[in-house]
Formats: sequence, structure tokens, C-alpha cells
Amino acid sequence: MSVTNEQPYLIEIGPVDELPQNTGKTVRVQGYEVALFKLSNGDVRAIENRCPHKGGVLAEGIVSGEYVFCPMHDQKISLSSGHVQPPDTGCVTTYPVVITDHKIYIDSRPLSKEVCE
Amino acid sequence: MSQKKKIVLVGNGMAGINTIEHMLKLAPNKFDMTVFGSEPYPNYNRIMLSSVLAGDSTVDDIVMNPYEWYEKHGITLYTGQTVTNIDTTKQTVTSDQGVQVPYDELILATGSNPFMLPLPGADKEGVIAFRNIQDCQTMIDASKKYKKAVVIGGGLLGLEAARGFINLGMQVDVVHICDHLMERQLDPTASKMLQEALEEQGMNFLLNKESAEILGEERVTGLSFRDGTSTEADLVVMAVGIRPNVELAQTSGIEVDRGIVVNDVLETNQPHVFAVGECAQHRETVYGLVAPLYEQSAVLAKRLADVETEPYEGSVVDTKLKVSGVDVFSGGEFIDTDETKAIRVHDEFSGIYKKVLIKDNQVVGTVLFGDTKEGSRIMKLVRDQVEVSQQDMNALLTGSQGNNSTAPTGLGTEHMDNADIICGCNGVSKGDICQAIQEQGLSTVEEVKNVTKASRSCGGCRPLVSEILEHTLGDQYTGSEGKEPICACTDYSHEEVVEAIREKQLTYVKEVMNVLEWKNEEGCSKCRPALNYYLGVVDPVAYSDDHTSRFVNERMHANIQKDGTYSVVPRIYGGVTTPEDLKKIAEVALKYEIPTVKLTGGQRIDLLGVQKENLTEVWEDLGMRSGHAYGKALRTVKTCVGDTYCRFGTADAMGMGIRMEKRFEGLNTPHKVKMSVSGCPRNCAESGIKDLGVVAIDGGWELYVGGNGGVKIRVGDLLATVKTEDELIEYAEAFLQYYRETARYLERTAQWVERMGLEHVQAVIEDDEQRQALCQRMVTALSVHSDPWQKAIEDKQVQKDLYEVIDAKA
Repeated sequence: MSVTNEQPYLIEIGPVDELPQNTGKTVRVQGYEVALFKLSNGDVRAIENRCPHKGGVLAEGIVSGEYVFCPMHDQKISLSSGHVQPPDTGCVTTYPVVITDHKIYIDSRPLSKEVCE
Repeated sequence: MSQKKKIVLVGNGMAGINTIEHMLKLAPNKFDMTVFGSEPYPNYNRIMLSSVLAGDSTVDDIVMNPYEWYEKHGITLYTGQTVTNIDTTKQTVTSDQGVQVPYDELILATGSNPFMLPLPGADKEGVIAFRNIQDCQTMIDASKKYKKAVVIGGGLLGLEAARGFINLGMQVDVVHICDHLMERQLDPTASKMLQEALEEQGMNFLLNKESAEILGEERVTGLSFRDGTSTEADLVVMAVGIRPNVELAQTSGIEVDRGIVVNDVLETNQPHVFAVGECAQHRETVYGLVAPLYEQSAVLAKRLADVETEPYEGSVVDTKLKVSGVDVFSGGEFIDTDETKAIRVHDEFSGIYKKVLIKDNQVVGTVLFGDTKEGSRIMKLVRDQVEVSQQDMNALLTGSQGNNSTAPTGLGTEHMDNADIICGCNGVSKGDICQAIQEQGLSTVEEVKNVTKASRSCGGCRPLVSEILEHTLGDQYTGSEGKEPICACTDYSHEEVVEAIREKQLTYVKEVMNVLEWKNEEGCSKCRPALNYYLGVVDPVAYSDDHTSRFVNERMHANIQKDGTYSVVPRIYGGVTTPEDLKKIAEVALKYEIPTVKLTGGQRIDLLGVQKENLTEVWEDLGMRSGHAYGKALRTVKTCVGDTYCRFGTADAMGMGIRMEKRFEGLNTPHKVKMSVSGCPRNCAESGIKDLGVVAIDGGWELYVGGNGGVKIRVGDLLATVKTEDELIEYAEAFLQYYRETARYLERTAQWVERMGLEHVQAVIEDDEQRQALCQRMVTALSVHSDPWQKAIEDKQVQKDLYEVIDAKA
């Protein structure tokens, strides 16, 4: 709890152990939907749960390494930069993830502003 | 500090934006660009409008450059604004909303306007052109209220519009002033064939008719003709031609004839003002097609980016009709004269007509109907004025069945210039493709498609792309039909991977990727589902499914919809249900506020719009098994009522359908599998277009296989005729198992039967020993099946991992 008090923009999601590996999880935060992923290497990534192409729900995509394949039209999206891979274009907002005491926190600050160039 | 050159583009269409795209490639960061467009959209592919009207694409699908593209390249975009004034002295443009922008160089790409016949009544409501997204929308909206459309103009655009109306469920008359259709592209033979093909699709033609007056009070009600006859109409579409949009140029003192007059570098008579595309008139010619527009924009872009360029010397145009089920291509000269000789193939049985016209040993034009894949190749000969022997030509017309790319020497893509456009839909040149192949090490058509977008839209240029690959790679080219790697992660083909799994006894997805040294450690969305499938087929008992390698629908056991909700289709065996089950379905729909309840094409009930977190509860309340409507699995067995009720029925179609559906329920297959049982040869369950269709005949059953009613319609082949129900199950088992074991993942039975050959499949199935063995393996595969919905209801961990949505408090 101390974390959120000192850093009020961090939002607690839940225990990192409960997050399934390589399967996205849908999280609703302040009316936004965030897709949360635990990668093969154990890293956790959080991105906006809508693809820039047709609003596909990215939490349901196939995860491969640092990428997720959008379930709607198979566009490949980087989970770390949010960039849609060529030949497709676009960018998804990414959220910094903090893990403290085995708990996942999402940095909410990008929620209010677009971080894509 | 170097000042960026200010480029202003008037017209946000295909020609202008293509020029800008070239310039960005040639000299990035050198320009400060501003674009004006009258339509409220980013740049879209106008050629694909007919596909939007036909319902094959949405407006979003045809957007070529989304708003982000403009942002990314720092281009200022004004949509919904029309430039009304150019001051060529001060070098500024002004829009109707008062925006004024200075330019160093100005590009006019104002396109063209549809030509509206000045008929009395042409201003009535319901009289439109077919030119932009707005027109397209008007037509779609009209189809919801009205029944009868009339298209004036039997040319390319008119026919595409008419086909769209048929798709929208409207009746349509096509009015044409000549006695044959597309007379500017087709000879009478091809035209007649086209007319017959379109009549079969439901179009009605009024030929030799000159329109006189549009009838009606406020809204159109009909159209009368000079010969005194008339026809009813709720909507009239004029598709009689286009006119270059020159008004702006004209009022700004730029030289205009029919179009804006330009020289060989697309320059107008005013310094620093250029014109490109349909608004431009070059050497007396105004073009209304996409290929010349791309050729012009390539030259103009180089000129503006100070890159050396050959002048633009005009284009030889060709035309392709984009109407489903009809392939028509024409280019160059197409009417026989005393000076021309023709090579002709006319097969009235298959509906194929091909004509190549030759003058002094040079190909000067062609008309192709029914089989158009040699079109681009022949046009290349026309453009290059290549001397050909008759042997070459015969080979060109008759020698190629399927997709082989063994073109006679001298006729192929190796003679094309790098600037030649290969993919007209997306404006990809030969040079773009070669460069991508070399720089990024591409080796398959799929890869080229993914990197360059060539062949991504209509697919017509696929053979050319394949040929370019072959020439660019030389000996390294492994062929697109022979060995095709599963995806870009590996060089192994489907067959090689399956063999390796068997030989090396590989048991999970990651292991396969490791042992076979996948280039991409964790694979991708193409190979992982395939590997998961192959592992399951090779050892169904020991293998445990990898749900992270499943496409969302199969992982969630429900169909994802575009808004992120799901659709649920309960299993209803043979399409036969009970009042109790119907009641239960209705109660569930009410309880979970399911917005849409629909019958599927396979006689099942679809509950659409279910929230992800409600899925398991919906299943639990239904208390039915999964219909696998989402799976690469047996979908449905469609049935007629058979001899239970039908006065013509000769067998128990419902009973047989239920038995088959229970037998094969939940079976994993390379792609979806649809079946049907018809109780008599009237075939009400449409068994000829199913993966496995059964028709009862007096004293037995016929099994049809490899049928498909989807994208590419294929009528099934008669695999066998059997006497008893047990034999029928046995044959079906053997057939399905053989398909499961030898098909590539995502290959439908239709393609598979064609690849394997019907006779081969028959030989395997009819061989007693092989059939028994296949059935045995099928029994093993079926033994591990359990209902996925039940599993999800019982397993709390599955519910949490897959269906839970976390509500995080800020």
C-alpha cells in the first residue's frame, strides 16, 4: 500500500502470480480498457486494449515474444513501443508497469494523454 | 539554415497522394507539405468503391493513408475544404473556408467529376452518380427502403454499380445506348458473353435505349426513353462517363482544354504549377484509369524532388472489370481490322474467350473473358512492342493452367522497367518489389505481400509477383506452389514439419520451433496454430493442447465480434431442436440482454453480442454443448426433413444428420468442416457444396466431398456410393481422417481434394485395409474429445485466466 501513497498515479492491478503467461488479461481502469500481458520471460506489459486499425481487442491476440497479433486482422503490434509493425501503420498507447511486493501496478499517467507520436 | 520547400497539393485522391508518397521516399524531410481535399476522408482507394458497394469491403478497408500517416510525415491536411482560388503570381492558394497557404510548387490533382446527362428531371431526388463514398452511401441507404434501381450506362462503372445493387438485394435495369456492353473495351463476342453472365446474376439489360426523361414528382419514379417506352425506378444512377475537374485551373488562368494541359513532366503553362491524374490532359489524352495515373505521379515526384527522370510519354491502358463471378480484361486494340491477325480461343462450354490481336508480328491488344490471368503479361508485350512468334502467343493463351509461371522467354516481368506498376490497387512498382526482396531477404509471395502490400487487395497481380521473385532470387527461389514455408519464421514446409514431428517424436510447440531452429524464437500467429494442430493429429492422446497458440475464437470457445463481444452457438444436432431447448435459449437471451438472436447459415441459433465475462454463465444456463461454430472443427450437419415428413424423401435425413454430428462433434480439423444430409436427390440440404455432403438415393447413399459454398464456390465430387448407414459412417470417418492427416493447416477440403486429386483420395478410401486403419486412428482422435464449455464451467482457473475482466480502482 505504501507504493500507492507515495506514487498516487500508480494503480494496483493484482498479484503478478495470478497473471497467466502469454494470454492477455482485460483490465478496466477509469473507463479505459488496458490489455495486460505476462511474456515468456516473465516481464509484464500493459497496452491500450484497442488496435488503431479497427479497435480490435488486443488482450485476445496471440502473444509472441515482445509482440501481440491483433485478433481482428492479424496486425503485429509491439508490446514495448506500441508501434504497429510494417507494412501496417499506427500506434497503441503503452503504460509503464511497476511490480513491487509481487504486485502489479500500472502507471496511469499516459491514460490522460496520447503518448504515440 | 535550409528552408524546406513548400509543396501544396490540391486534391486528396489517388494521383496526388501517390505523388507525395514517391516524394517522401525520394527526398524525406525536404518538403513542407499541405494537402486539400473536398471530401471529408483521408486518402482512399476509389477503385475499390465498387467493392464497398458490393459489401466486400467497408470504407475503412479502402482507406490507403489514414490520418496518422499524414501526421507521421508532418503533412498538413485540410479535409472537407475546396480550394477556390490560385494566385499564380503571389504563389498562394485559398480555400472556400478562407484558409490561405503559400506554395513553392503546386500540384493540381483535382480528378474528375461524373458526367450527368442533362435530362429533364435530372435534379429529382434519387438521381445520383457513382463516384465517391457519399454516392456509395446513398446507394446502400436506398437499398434499405427501395426495390428498383436503374443504372444508365453499360460501361465499366455502370456494370460495377449494377452488380452492387444486386448484392444489396435490389432489382436493377442497366440502360445502354449501344447494342452491346462495354463497347469501348470489348468486341461483340466478349460483350455477348458478358451480358449472358450478368443476366444469369440477375441483371436486366435495356440495350439500344436512349434516355429521354426522368419521371416522378419530387423523387424519381421512372425513366422514359426516346422510343416511347419506359421503366420504373426508385433510384437512378448515371454512370455515363467522367469529366476532368478543371474549374479551379480555368478560373486561375491555367491553360485548359478538355483537361488541364500538361507537358511531359506534368507541368502546366504556369510556372511552379503541375497537374497529375484524371484532371490532366497529356498529349491530347485524358486518362480515367489507375495505371497511367501512377506512371504520371512517378515522373512528377522525381521532377519535384530533383531526381533525374525519363519524361512521361503517355500510357497504353487496359481495363479489368471488378464484378464477382465475371472475369473480363481488355487492353490496346481489340477490334479486328484488315491489318490485324488474331489468335483466338473460344470455349463456349467453359465460357472462356481469349483473343490476342497482332499487327506486323507485334501484339497490339487483347480481350480476355473467363480467364484473365495472362492479361498483364500480354499488355506488357503491347507496351514494349515486343516482336513475338506465333508459337509464343499460342503458349501464352493455351499453355498455362493454374498458377505456373513458366512464361515463354521474352514475355515475362524481367523485361519490365522498375517503374512499371505491378499492383494497380496499391501502386506498387516492380522496383519496389525487387528492392524489398533484396534488402529484406524475402522469398515468398506472402512475404512480399506483407512488406510491400502488392497483391494485398484484389490479388490479380499474384502471378506477376511470383515471377519477379523467381527472377530476382534465381536459383534460390523455391517456387510458391512447390515448397512453401509455413510462414516467415521458418524455411520448412507444412509437410516437412509434420514429418519432423513424427520422426523426432516432438511433443510440444516450443520444442518444434527449437529443434527446427525457427528464425523467430516464439513463432507467430501463422505457425503456432499450425504446429499446435499438427502435434494434436500426430499424437492425439499424449498431446496437450497449447491454448496460447490458438486463435482467440478457439481459445475462448466463442466467436469474437468486431466490437469485442462474442457470439454463442449451442450445438443443435442435425438442426433438430425441441420446444424446451428453444425456451431455454430464449430465457438466456433475455437474462443476459443478448441483443441479437439469429439463425446461422448452417441451421443453428446464434446469440450475438455476449459480454466476455458472461460467457461461462451463459453456457451454464443454456446447459447445452458447444456448437463449435468458431472452430477448425466440425461445424454443423445440415439436414432436410427426409422421409420422416417429406413426400419425396427416401431416407431418414434428420436421423442420419444427428448421428453424424454426434459422431464427429469436436473433431479438430485443418479448417472448418461443414456437412449435410439430403433425404433424396432433390438435395434440399445442398450437399453439393459441403466438405462432406450426403445424398440419399433409392437403396443407398452418395457421398460428395470437397464442395464449398464460400469465397470460391466449388461443387463437390462424388467420392463413393454406399448401401448402409454404417458404411456411410465408415467412409466419412476414413475421408475425414485422411484429410486431417494430409492437409496443410487452413486448407479446406476443396483445395485439398484438388491438390491430392480425387482419384487418389478415392483409391485410399476404397482400399479396405487403409480405410480400416484410418477409421481406427479417427476413433483414437475422437476418444479424447470433451465439451469445452463444460470444462470452462467446471474449472475455476480457466474462468479466471480466460474470461475474467479486472476492474482496477484508481
